[in-house]
Amino acid sequence: MELKQLCELQGISGREELVRAAIYDECVRILGRENVTIDRVGNVIAHKQGRDADAPHVMVSAHMDEVGLMVISATDEGLLHVRPIGGIDPRVLVSKRVKVGYAVPEKDGKPAQEPLNGVIGAMAIHQQTAEDRKRVLPIDQLYVDIGAKDKDEALEKAPAGTPITFDTAFTPFGDGRILARALDDRIGCYNMLRLLTCDVRGDTDFVFTCQEEVGCRGAAGAAFRLMPDVGIALEGTTANDMGDTPAVHHVCNVGQGTTVSFMDNASIANPELFKDMLALAEREGIPHQVKMSVSGGNEGGTMQRTGAGVRTCVLSVPCRYIHSPSTVCAASDIEAQFRLAKAFLEK
Amino acid sequence: MFELIRQLVNLYGATGREAGVADAVEALVRDHVDSIRRDALGNLICEKRGTDPDGKRIMLSAHMDHIGFIVVAVEKEGYLRVMPVGGVGLAVSRTRHVSFQNGVQGVIVQEPVREGETPAMKHMFIDIGAADEAEALSMISLGDVAVYANDCFRLGEHRVAAPAMDDRVACALLVSVMQALPKTRNTVIAVFSTQEEVGCRGAKTAAYSVDPDIGIALDVTAHGDTPETKLPAIRLGEGAAVKIMDRGSISNPDLVRDLLAAGERAGVKTQREVLPFGGTDAMAMQVSRSGVIAGTVSIPCRYVHSACEVIDLRDVEAARALLLEYLK
Repeated sequence: MELKQLCELQGISGREELVRAAIYDECVRILGRENVTIDRVGNVIAHKQGRDADAPHVMVSAHMDEVGLMVISATDEGLLHVRPIGGIDPRVLVSKRVKVGYAVPEKDGKPAQEPLNGVIGAMAIHQQTAEDRKRVLPIDQLYVDIGAKDKDEALEKAPAGTPITFDTAFTPFGDGRILARALDDRIGCYNMLRLLTCDVRGDTDFVFTCQEEVGCRGAAGAAFRLMPDVGIALEGTTANDMGDTPAVHHVCNVGQGTTVSFMDNASIANPELFKDMLALAEREGIPHQVKMSVSGGNEGGTMQRTGAGVRTCVLSVPCRYIHSPSTVCAASDIEAQFRLAKAFLEK
Repeated sequence: MFELIRQLVNLYGATGREAGVADAVEALVRDHVDSIRRDALGNLICEKRGTDPDGKRIMLSAHMDHIGFIVVAVEKEGYLRVMPVGGVGLAVSRTRHVSFQNGVQGVIVQEPVREGETPAMKHMFIDIGAADEAEALSMISLGDVAVYANDCFRLGEHRVAAPAMDDRVACALLVSVMQALPKTRNTVIAVFSTQEEVGCRGAKTAAYSVDPDIGIALDVTAHGDTPETKLPAIRLGEGAAVKIMDRGSISNPDLVRDLLAAGERAGVKTQREVLPFGGTDAMAMQVSRSGVIAGTVSIPCRYVHSACEVIDLRDVEAARALLLEYLK
């Protein structure tokens, strides 16, 4: 399955059904129905038996959900009140185009469903005072305009709970760069689907998780069920390599390989696993970089502290403008993450 | 007791890098317990089996880790940029002597801050005497953690100052308790835990695998007996503190009563501790699985999370006597 297809599927946290269906079908196609399950919270777990029964049991995770918005109400004028799902900087929202509701293909006699076009509105510059212009508009002062004439029409078309995603076309550009929404973490899903065919040493469970962006909620249940020995999270992470930011504050650099994290806000990598991962990348000639910051949190922390404890390490693809409508990454870094994960699972 | 404390505070053991401390502790308790193992987070779990198959499982937890500074980047000129591991304070860190696991020494310094700007960790750097980036990277790697350098000394007749007193003094206490503890009805599991300073991460997984009935954290607590410091009502030299509550947990009231009674039976001084902040491994044990009876025995400590954490040896002896009486 191509990354473009995965990125085009809509799936905010808790509403991953379209991504889940596509990933489930792909897993079944590759591994057979008997090796793929969907658990109670909606994670897809694809099991692959290892060639060495004594090797550690590995859980690899990548999350299916993306950040977005959700409709909570509407104004009398027919504008939708929304709340963020996951961490979104309100500064990136104003005047962005969005899709309200999901594009659902025709299935079992039910007609296809089209999402509504919308735009995130705010007070025009003409009406703003000097003070307004200095202020960041909080999300409760932004609204989504879907062209409805009043509250009733707005809520009939987009009832409370309707998911909203950014409307950004998947766009390869420049020198091997990709611009898209939801790269965090469809990149990880894309790489994990490619890993399904590799020759794993130990028993391996590939877990396509839900609800990562609201606190790694899906991974908790999956890790508890699987109780692996080792957990590897495939993620997207902040690349701050721009503007006048000094090199030491870049966190990581787009195009310089997959990152390996020694620590983030959720976990400290197992020291041996961290060293092994760097040595493996070195030996295999896989472009890699050490993430130069303690920031963000991900499923590494969730897996690590499940049950009696799990050795964990996080491999990420550097993403500029992460959690915004337009995230940018390098295809070569996606490849590097895939190669390092593959080398680790096969060795 | 002083020699044991000195041995343990002088070991390198930053949060997430506790293996050296675990090695030393293992050697000290090996002959006094029935089994020893380490888990994926590096916890050292030492079990002394009880004589009664229906006896309780009592977990004691003292954390091995020590707050520090993790290297996240290296400047062209060879200076190291760092971020905190656990709650390190800026004011107590400026121009401090720090050291790394491999013996590299450094000074942590704050660069000049622009007017109106609040000093933050991003303004700190470590000078390890390297001429440039390449030399610095030949001495340390990204992800290495510096801690306040060893500096253990006696202060007056009964007191000892050192970095890492939080929580090696409790590691020493727990080692000493396990060495002296006879076989009892109950099974006693001494856990030397990891990563407490970033949220009791080690104790969480240890509590899951140990599956205790009762969990007691051994940790330091803050003082209220220096100028302009009134809270908590804890004084050095006035005995072991039995925690009633802190931000992370409310101790089981029956356990508090039993611990205070054990102190009385042992003839040692105790203090009742209510801490308006902080948390210990008790908070991780308490909510493990279907719930655990949990509490904390604390060693009063001045200047916690600085390079000079001060304890009183008499309080450690009191805690030791209290615990041995309770476990008996």
